[in-house]
Amino acid sequence: MSAADLAMAPRGDRRGWLVAPAVVVLLALFVYPFIYGVVISFQPMDGGSIWANYIHFFTTSTEFNTLWATFKLAAPATLINVGMAVPVAFALRRNSRKQRIVTTILVIPITLGTVLIADGMLTFYSPVGWFSQLVHGLNLYSQEVRLTHNYWGVLISLVISDFPFVFLLTLSYISGIDPTLAKAAGTLGANTWQQFRLIYLPLLVPGLSMAAALSFVQTFAVFPSAILLGAPAGPTRVISIAAYEAAFEQYDYGMASAIAIVMGFAQLLIVCAIFAFRRAFYTGPATSGKG
Amino acid sequence: MNDSFQQLRLDGVGRQYPTASGSTVAALKDLSLDIRRGEFIALLGPSGCGKSTALNCLAGLADLSSGSIWLDDTRIDVLPPERRGFGMVFQNYALFPHMSVRDNVGFGLRMRGVSKQETAQRVKAALSLVQLEGHESKLPGQLSGGQQQRVAIARAIVIEPPVILMDEPLSNLDAKLRVEMRAEIRRIHRQLERATIYVTHDQDEALSMADRIVVMRAGSVQQVGTPREVYGQPHNLHVARFMGYRNVLAFQVMRHEGEHITVQQGQVQLQGTAISVPAGTRTVAVAMRPDDFELASENSANTLDATIQQIEFGGRSSLLVVNSLIGELFVRVSGDFQPGDQVRLHIPADRVLTYAEAL
Repeated sequence: MSAADLAMAPRGDRRGWLVAPAVVVLLALFVYPFIYGVVISFQPMDGGSIWANYIHFFTTSTEFNTLWATFKLAAPATLINVGMAVPVAFALRRNSRKQRIVTTILVIPITLGTVLIADGMLTFYSPVGWFSQLVHGLNLYSQEVRLTHNYWGVLISLVISDFPFVFLLTLSYISGIDPTLAKAAGTLGANTWQQFRLIYLPLLVPGLSMAAALSFVQTFAVFPSAILLGAPAGPTRVISIAAYEAAFEQYDYGMASAIAIVMGFAQLLIVCAIFAFRRAFYTGPATSGKG
Repeated sequence: MNDSFQQLRLDGVGRQYPTASGSTVAALKDLSLDIRRGEFIALLGPSGCGKSTALNCLAGLADLSSGSIWLDDTRIDVLPPERRGFGMVFQNYALFPHMSVRDNVGFGLRMRGVSKQETAQRVKAALSLVQLEGHESKLPGQLSGGQQQRVAIARAIVIEPPVILMDEPLSNLDAKLRVEMRAEIRRIHRQLERATIYVTHDQDEALSMADRIVVMRAGSVQQVGTPREVYGQPHNLHVARFMGYRNVLAFQVMRHEGEHITVQQGQVQLQGTAISVPAGTRTVAVAMRPDDFELASENSANTLDATIQQIEFGGRSSLLVVNSLIGELFVRVSGDFQPGDQVRLHIPADRVLTYAEAL
């Protein structure tokens, strides 16, 4: 029932109350904790100005640097995921047996969970793991191959766990584009690359920016893999680790809330930037007018 | 691609699809056709007859399973669509939704590396040919169906292709606009002096626009001829039915000599024309078009008495459903009738077409 229907409902029509349970759940589980968090972030544990928590975060380099550390993981992970998803989804855009099989294989990591992926990666990518031995065996690289307990371990894990998600979104956007458009471009002289660049890509931008925004928000909130596969005291001390430490090591909930709110704002900022970029493109239906 | 071409030749073109069960289905069988420059060819048939497959094979959007396609002395069926240089108008127009009318029409020129200045000129000329000036900056979504259709035509012709392919381009338009656009497409065809191959399931469209009609059924060509030939002398019962011979009845052959044939059913005897009747055939299918009946005068031959069952008023003439000794017939005559009226009908012997085919 839309707002218009509600407004037009005759007096005494009590159908509007049907939304009440949903509103209660929303208020209790989302709105109240959020407002509570905002409020306690302005109540520093050691007293002082209401901005003390925020001032502390932005003036302490170990805290403030977590923003940049998180961004350095989330942005490349997002770009890699979208960048890989587009060609794969383009190659699989026609519904076929091959599409179903490959899609199933690519989507499996979604079902695994971060901890299982981290566990597997620790064995596979460790300095004595299969990957390292393979690289050395093939004489590709003579130094130690270190892809765990550092930045790269977290980045790889974010790509593995987030790619299926971005891929599925991209695949659905690509299959939504009328294939006759590419055929028409073909008859007009466009080769496959030009069909992709001039027809598919511009029509995909709105969808891709949506996928990128969702992927960024997800990866910006990275936590378990930053600890299990990263260097949580150093380069992969992401913002959620900072919030966790404040809350559960220093028991400073006010500080933890302040960090969480900074994190939310950072995500919002990037998402707004992506959507502003999206507005520069055609966002209507990706089919030809009639038919 | 080839500006001075004279002839497009399809030589035994066939296309098979594999089915889920592992066998193959022939969507198009052995299509051979010579198309001259300046000709307007209609591929006519019900849906699933292979006409769109034929068009896709020409455009390069479907591979051939057999045969070859030649543009004068160049074999083109081995080229990808972008190197054939044919203009194609799609049933759903396939306009690029994110590009303005100007960019849509100019797309083919852009792919050919034509200079910006020349592109602008040619786009303007093409839009004026389809009478769509003043809409250059709009997106396809802002245009009506008829306007989108014109953009699609302009986009196909601006590259000056030797052959223009049209896949049921009018099927999404309303009846009035459809009739207007027929004349429009004919006009553009005459002005360009290229070859147009036009796919349709609408007999009226094919008859009114084409120089030659290729009637197709289940992947095979049934008849190739001028509209007059296809309309007046259908090669077989299928074409006859498709071209509006609604009365198809079984008769016994009484006499058969060359074209002249006398057939009988019960007490009714008719003089007719043998289209495909081998000597010695005993029963034939007789096809008669409702419009070919007229009210009999005193001394008419080939007459038939009938009682009017239903009347469908249609302006100058009405479609009557009548009951006669040979069964129910559809007859289109002019006059003021009431259901139950007795009429004596006449049909000329050359309009009683006989085929040695089962009904």
